[in-house]
Amino acid sequence: MSAGLGSLAGSSRAGHPCCDHCGLPVAPALIEPNAEAQFCCSGCRVVYEAIHGYGLTRYYELKDRDDESVPARFTGSDYRRYDDPAFRELYVSRSSQGLDTTALYLEGMHCAACVWLIEKLPQLVDGVVEIRVEIGRQMARLTWDRERVELSRIARVLDSLGYSSHPYRGTRRERIRRLENRRHLIRIGVAGACAGNVMLIAFALYGAMFSGMQPEFRALFRWASLLLALIALVWPGRVFLTGALSSMRTRVMHMDVPVAVALLVGTLWGATNTIRGVGEIYFESLTAVIFLLLIGRWIQHRQQWSAHDAIELLYRLTPATARQVEADGAVRELPVEALETGDRVELRAGDSVPADGVLVMGSSSFDTSLLTGESRPVSLSEGDRLHAGTVNLSSRVEMKVESTGDDTRVGRLMALVERFARERPPVVQLADRVAHYFVLIVLAWAVAVALLWLWLAPERAVEHAIALLIVTCPCALGLATPLAIVNAIGRAARLGILFKGGQPIELLARPGTMLLDKTGTLTEGRTRLVFWRGADEIKPLVVAVEQQVAHPMAQAFVEAFATADSLRPDRVEQVHGRGVSGDVAGRRVQIGSCPYVSSSVGSLPTWGRQAVEECIDKALSPVLVAVDDRLAGVAGFGDPIVDDARDSIAELEQLGWSIGMISGDHPAVADAVAEQLGIDGRREGAASPERKVEVVRSLVGAGESVVMVGDGVNDAAALSAADVGVAVHGGAEASLAAADVYLRRPGTAPLVTLVRGSRRTLGVIRRNIVVSVLYNLITASLATAGMINPLIAAILMPISSLSVVLLSYRSRTFETEGR
Amino acid sequence: MSVLFIVFPLAILLAVVAVIAFIWAVRTGQYDDTDTPAMRILHDDEPVRSEGDSPTTDRSSQNP
Repeated sequence: MSAGLGSLAGSSRAGHPCCDHCGLPVAPALIEPNAEAQFCCSGCRVVYEAIHGYGLTRYYELKDRDDESVPARFTGSDYRRYDDPAFRELYVSRSSQGLDTTALYLEGMHCAACVWLIEKLPQLVDGVVEIRVEIGRQMARLTWDRERVELSRIARVLDSLGYSSHPYRGTRRERIRRLENRRHLIRIGVAGACAGNVMLIAFALYGAMFSGMQPEFRALFRWASLLLALIALVWPGRVFLTGALSSMRTRVMHMDVPVAVALLVGTLWGATNTIRGVGEIYFESLTAVIFLLLIGRWIQHRQQWSAHDAIELLYRLTPATARQVEADGAVRELPVEALETGDRVELRAGDSVPADGVLVMGSSSFDTSLLTGESRPVSLSEGDRLHAGTVNLSSRVEMKVESTGDDTRVGRLMALVERFARERPPVVQLADRVAHYFVLIVLAWAVAVALLWLWLAPERAVEHAIALLIVTCPCALGLATPLAIVNAIGRAARLGILFKGGQPIELLARPGTMLLDKTGTLTEGRTRLVFWRGADEIKPLVVAVEQQVAHPMAQAFVEAFATADSLRPDRVEQVHGRGVSGDVAGRRVQIGSCPYVSSSVGSLPTWGRQAVEECIDKALSPVLVAVDDRLAGVAGFGDPIVDDARDSIAELEQLGWSIGMISGDHPAVADAVAEQLGIDGRREGAASPERKVEVVRSLVGAGESVVMVGDGVNDAAALSAADVGVAVHGGAEASLAAADVYLRRPGTAPLVTLVRGSRRTLGVIRRNIVVSVLYNLITASLATAGMINPLIAAILMPISSLSVVLLSYRSRTFETEGR
Repeated sequence: MSVLFIVFPLAILLAVVAVIAFIWAVRTGQYDDTDTPAMRILHDDEPVRSEGDSPTTDRSSQNP
C-alpha cells in the first residue's frame, strides 16, 4: 500500500503512553500532553475519576496488570427503569426486615480487584446494606433499603465504576441448578465416606487372607462392609441404576449399563456371601467405583451448566430508555418497553435506535454493523427504514415506531438464536459409543467364562463370572472423557479461549467447514485511513476541521493525522452525506466525496484520478481533500485486515479445514478481502443475518461439522445454528451468548490454537479410552483364569483410574503455537 | 480384642458425624460459589482506617 500507511503504522506503535485505567495503549490523538493521567477512551476516564473520587485507588494495586486488559465501559444510562413498579414486580424481592434484594448481572467484572471494588459499595452509597459478588456467574446479589436509596442510583454508581448492570433473569433456573449441584456434592460426600471406611475395613480383611482372623471379627467386618456398601448403593449409587434403566428403555447402551450391572451383581453376590459366611466380597471396589464415577459425572454436569448459563445474557441490545416526542412537541423519556406502534421518537447523535420504524424527520448516518456487518456508516433520510439496535451517528432525527420488542428484527433474530440453541442435537461422545460395544462384549465374555468353568470346575463357575463383571466395571472409561475435557478447558482458558462446554472439542478436532465473518473477525471492524496521497503540510488543516465532526471517517482522519499543535478552525460547515468544509488559518478546506469536492475544484488532475481509481480497486472509500479550491489530497478509508489472518487461514487449510467467508458487507469489499486473504472456498457478500443462517443450515445438513466464526449480533443466529459457534474478541454480548467458544485474544491466531488444541484433546481422550480398555482386558483375562480375588481387584481398579487421571493432567492440549 | 466390638461402631459413628457435618455445609450453601471467596480472601488485609479521616463516606454524598 501507499507510503502513508507505513508511516502511520510506525507512529502508533512507538512507545506511546498506556491508559491509566486499563493499561491499553492510548491513541496518539487522545494524548493530552499536560494531563496527569492518560486514557484510551472516555469510558476509562469516567471510571478512573470515579474510582479516585471514592478514594478506592487500592483497586489498581489489587488489579493484576498482566491480566487481560479491557477498556472500561461507561454507559451513562440513568437506569430510571429500575425504579419502575413493573421492574420491582419482576426482579425485586422484599425481605421480612423491609429490605429489598435483587440479583444483577454485571458486565465487565473479571478479576479479584473487581470483586473488591464492588463489595465496597455499602461504603459508597448510603442505604446499600450488602452486595455479594459471584464472579463465576458475573452476578451480584444486592440488598438495599428502599427508604434510603433508589436502585437506579446504586446502578448509576456501579455504572460509573465501569460495571453496567442488568437484571438477572435466570434466578429461578439458577435456584434449581444450585439445588442440583448440592445434591451432587452430597452424593459424592456420602459415597466417599462409605468408600473410605469400607476400604479401611478391607485392609483388616486382607490381613486375614494371610494370617487368619477370629471368625467373629471377620463376620463383624464383613457385615459392616455390607452395611456401608448398601448405603452407598441405595443412596448415591442409585443414579447409576436409574440411568441404566432409562438407557434400557430407550435401547441406547451408555456408560450406566455396565456400571449398574457390576454394582448390582457385585452387591448381591457379596451380600449372599456375607450371609453364608463364606466366599469373597468386593465391596471396597464397588464403593470406590461409585465414588469415582460420581466425581466424573459431577465434572461433566458442571460443564453443561456453564454452557446453558450463557443463553441468559441475551437481553440487552436495545437501549433502556427512549425519548418520545409528544404531539405538543414536548420530549419525554420513557422505558423502551412502554413504546407503542405509532409513537414518535427523537434520536440524538450517539443514540441507538430503540425500535423498528421509519425515519420521519431529518437525515443522518447510521452504524448498522449490528445488523448487517457493514463497516461503513449508511446515510439515511426521511422515509428510510430504521432497525432497532443500529446507532445514529451524526445528527438529530425523529422516527416513527412500527414494531417494538420481540417483533423487531433484532428481537426475531434473538428468538432464532434461542430456538437453535434449544434444538441442537446432543453430540454422542466417543466414550459413550465405546461403552455401547463394551457392555455387549463384557456380558458375552462373562457368559463364556461361566460356561468354561462349568466345564472345568462347576462349583466355581458363578463366582468367576461375577468376579469378571465386577473387575471390568468401566470406572476409568467413565472418567476418561470428563477429565480430559475439563483439563483441556482449563488450559484453554489460560490462553484466552473460553469453552462453554465440552462438546465443541470433539467437533473441532475433526476437520470440517469453517465459515468466517468478515467485519470484526478478519478485519478490525472499524473505519481507518489506510491510503493517503497528498502533501504532509495540509494534514493539520484536515485535523482541525475533522475534529469538529462526529463521523467515523472524520475520527479516522484525526487518529491518523494527529499532531501536537492543533489549529482552531474559524468556521466548519457540514453537508450531510457529502462532506464538510471549513476555514482554517485563512485557508478554505473542503473534505468529502468526489462529487462534493469536484464541484469546487472542477475536473480532477491526473494524479488525483489515479489515486481515486486505486482506492476503488482496493475496495476503499475515497475521500478528497481540497485546499483553496485545489485538490490537495486523496484518502482511502477501509477496514484493515487483521495482521495474522492470512497465515492463520493458510494454516487452517493445511489442517484440512475448508474455509469460507460470509459477510454482510458489500460484495465488492468482501471479494477484495477474500482475495487478499487467499480464501478460495465459498465466499458471499451482502448476506443478511437470515441469509447467514440459511447458508449455515444448508451446510450442517450436509453432514460435515460446520464451524461459524463471527462477532456481531448479525452473526448470533448463525453461530447458534452451526455445530460450533465461535465468537471472537470484542464481539457483542449476543454473539457471546450464542457461541460455544469465545476467543478473548484479538486476531485470528487463536483459531489455529483452538483447532490444534481440540485435536490434541481428542487424542488424549482416545488414549484414555485405550488405557482403560487395556486394563479391563488384563483384569478380564485374570478373571477368566480364575485368578482374581478382592485384593487384586482393589489394587487394579484404582490404578486404572489413577493412570487415566495422570494421563489427562499431564497432557499438553492447548498451548500457544510456537512461531 | 473384644474391645473392637465397642471401638469399631464408635469409629463408624465418627464417620457418620463427619458426613452429617458435610451435608450441613452443603445444604447451607458453603459450596455454592467456590470462585469468589478465593479472591475475597485477598481483600481483608486492608489497614483499618483511623476514625478521623474517612474520605469514602465524605465523597459518597457528592456522587452523581
